[in-house]
Amino acid sequence: MTVLRTTNLTKRFGKFTALNGVNIEVSRGEVYGFIGPNGAGKSTTIRVLLGILKASGGEAKIFDKDAWSDAVDIHKQIAYVPGDVNLWSNLTGGEIIDLFVKLRGSNNKSRREELIEKFDLDPSKKCRTYSKGNRQKVALIAAFSSEADLYILDEPTSGLDPLMEKIFQECVMDAKISGKSVLLSSHILSEVERLCDRIGIIRQGKIIETGTLSELRHLTRTSLLVETKQPIKSLSEIIGVHDIEKKGQALSFQVDSEELGNIIKYVSQFEIMRLESAPPKLEDLFMRHYEGVGENTNKGRDES
Amino acid sequence: MSKELYYNTGKIAGLIVGRDRIRIPIWLISITLMTIITATTFPGLYPTSQERQIIAETMLNPAMTAMLGPGFGLDNYTFGAMLAHQMLLFTAIAVAIMSILLVTRHTRTDEEGGRIEMIRSLPVGRLSNLSAATYVLFGTNVLLAIIIGLSLYALGIESIDLEGSLLYGAALGATGIFFTAVTALFAQLSENSRGTIGFSFSLLGVSYLIRAVGDISNEALSWFSPLGWILRTEVYVNNYWWPILLTVGIALALLALALYLNAIRDLESGLLPAKPGRKTASSFLQSPLGLAIRLQSTGIIAWAIGMFILGSSYGSVLGDLEAFFEGNEMMRELLSPIEGFSLTAQYLTMLMTVISIICTIPSLMMILKLKGEEKKNHTEHLLARAVSRTRIMGSYFLISIVFGFLSLLLAVLGLWSAGTGVMENPIPFGTLFNAAMVYLPAMWIMIGVALLLIGFVPRATGLTWLYLGYSFFVVYLGGLLQFPDYMGRLSPFGNIPKVPIEDLDFTKFFVLTAISLVLFVFGFMGYNARDIQG
Repeated sequence: MTVLRTTNLTKRFGKFTALNGVNIEVSRGEVYGFIGPNGAGKSTTIRVLLGILKASGGEAKIFDKDAWSDAVDIHKQIAYVPGDVNLWSNLTGGEIIDLFVKLRGSNNKSRREELIEKFDLDPSKKCRTYSKGNRQKVALIAAFSSEADLYILDEPTSGLDPLMEKIFQECVMDAKISGKSVLLSSHILSEVERLCDRIGIIRQGKIIETGTLSELRHLTRTSLLVETKQPIKSLSEIIGVHDIEKKGQALSFQVDSEELGNIIKYVSQFEIMRLESAPPKLEDLFMRHYEGVGENTNKGRDES
Repeated sequence: MSKELYYNTGKIAGLIVGRDRIRIPIWLISITLMTIITATTFPGLYPTSQERQIIAETMLNPAMTAMLGPGFGLDNYTFGAMLAHQMLLFTAIAVAIMSILLVTRHTRTDEEGGRIEMIRSLPVGRLSNLSAATYVLFGTNVLLAIIIGLSLYALGIESIDLEGSLLYGAALGATGIFFTAVTALFAQLSENSRGTIGFSFSLLGVSYLIRAVGDISNEALSWFSPLGWILRTEVYVNNYWWPILLTVGIALALLALALYLNAIRDLESGLLPAKPGRKTASSFLQSPLGLAIRLQSTGIIAWAIGMFILGSSYGSVLGDLEAFFEGNEMMRELLSPIEGFSLTAQYLTMLMTVISIICTIPSLMMILKLKGEEKKNHTEHLLARAVSRTRIMGSYFLISIVFGFLSLLLAVLGLWSAGTGVMENPIPFGTLFNAAMVYLPAMWIMIGVALLLIGFVPRATGLTWLYLGYSFFVVYLGGLLQFPDYMGRLSPFGNIPKVPIEDLDFTKFFVLTAISLVLFVFGFMGYNARDIQG
């Protein structure tokens, strides 16, 4: 069942086209990773989905309702955390959490207390004294103590320390286990890899790649570090080998995932002493897309 | 040592001038134009000294003294004396407002926004920003003094001589410098820009009131008000320069204190302590309306008290006014009494226009807060939850409408209770109430204009203030300066019947109300159809 769908979503600000036909689909119980560099259109897409901006063209639907005209109804079942949390400086964190939860509808007091403790937030402080991370905690606690069906999270961890990031990830996993859907925009790729079932990459207002993590991994390369007794001959002529680099006695290079078997077979003729491999990283894919389409631009990305 | 404190002050001053390259000239030009235009109208209006003397007679009453300050040289009411008497105080207030807003903008507002933190991470002294901001403002005020002084003299109007004109300019500049220092000081005490502006405006308001009460009852009291000092320059009459020195001297002392406090406090903290808050929200807070009220509660209380004080300060002079009208035959002729109404009651109608315009200020501030919230990315928190735009705008609209009515009511209550105390024949509450409430439709139209701008061109909401300023100018000074009729008609306040002297014209009332309703509806429609910015 599809929870969220945008079809050919377009948004123009005057002459500038921020979104140029964005297609996203998030199914029920799915964590969808939405990645892209700054200014690619992630937040604009999310703000159109929230009915804060009006689309110039295309369609944005959540729960099969229109994101603009049925915004209030939709929002009863969603929870949102913005990337840049600006709060009222003269209200306390506790007051704002209550206000946000109440404005959605439901109220889960025990969950609220539990999360305040987990995220280690002092709710009696005025928001002007909070750091960026603490303001983000306020928004996260408000979001996760509501019983929402869809969580829209726009770079929610950009100010959190690693410990809090872990707690955030637990919250997302809990939501997923209980059948909730999540749209997670982020550029912390390790987080996306850990949490997301499916991923969409946006660039200059267009989705340029989408699929499950393993589908996308087909597009990526495995990094190998090999040390052999005899020098490996004419490695660069083997199909699927890229970015060869000498590291002391060893050679490091990248291989296309589908050619891995052949390459190992070839290399093993030279009596392997040491073999290290690093799994394909989302980062490599990301970098390849963003540094232009160049094949050899991600030289020596050593993952050992 | 001074490197630690003041390094790169000049560059920051340059940055401030650059950021305000439009703003400061607009202030300077508006204030200068206002002064020059008024001065040039005088010779046309009152060509003979006899006519000027008649005006001087009408000025010789406590209400005018309360409003404009004591009239110097009323026995020989030259153009210069006239200009100083009728314009100096109000222009000085405009200059004070300019200084307060500009200083806050470059001190607390920047600090709150985290911009000072970035500046301070650069090779810049600890006090560089505050001193740069004050230097720029001092420069602006000195420039204003020179421009006004020279351009008044250049008009070549009889009795508006060089020394007087320069002193006139200097009096305005000194007021600006004084309030620059005051604001710089409050920027250290208060933790945020709202508090800084609030404290500074309160001091300005209190200065005006103390002077008003002092000028009509006990001159010694006026010496506690900086606005009182400024008026004691007796420009174009005796030309005393020492009040300028006094004002600037005290300003420098205040500035030294501000710099000292700035040096000893932490960045982004205030010296007035902040107390820990509630851990949970009260049930009152948990709605858009509750939130909107809570965010503006300080403003609501302060304005409510202010409106009552405004009413009662006018009310307290009503007794003197009554006695004055009794004993002054010429005044009775001038106001041509209408059957069944005391002269005081007639005078009141003029007062009501002013009071209703002042009461519109908090109302507009409360509706325009909606746009401020949007700009700070606060509105999107609400819209991302199950709250409609109509509900958000409706909350601010409701507060604005209700508080508009309340401020009129409080002003009338103040007027009535103070007036009853001092008058022999008190004016009944009902009369005052009706005279004030007829202005509600005008207030609604102003709110409607604000709604319309928020709905369609949120960037241009400042125009609302321009329109209100225009209304004040044409309705309050229009009579004095004999503007053509249509100029008054362009303001909603100029179309309100002067109850009780004029009959309540229901057609007009309904037309004005209908216009305001149309503005409301379009404002809501626009807000529902546009992108939320921020």
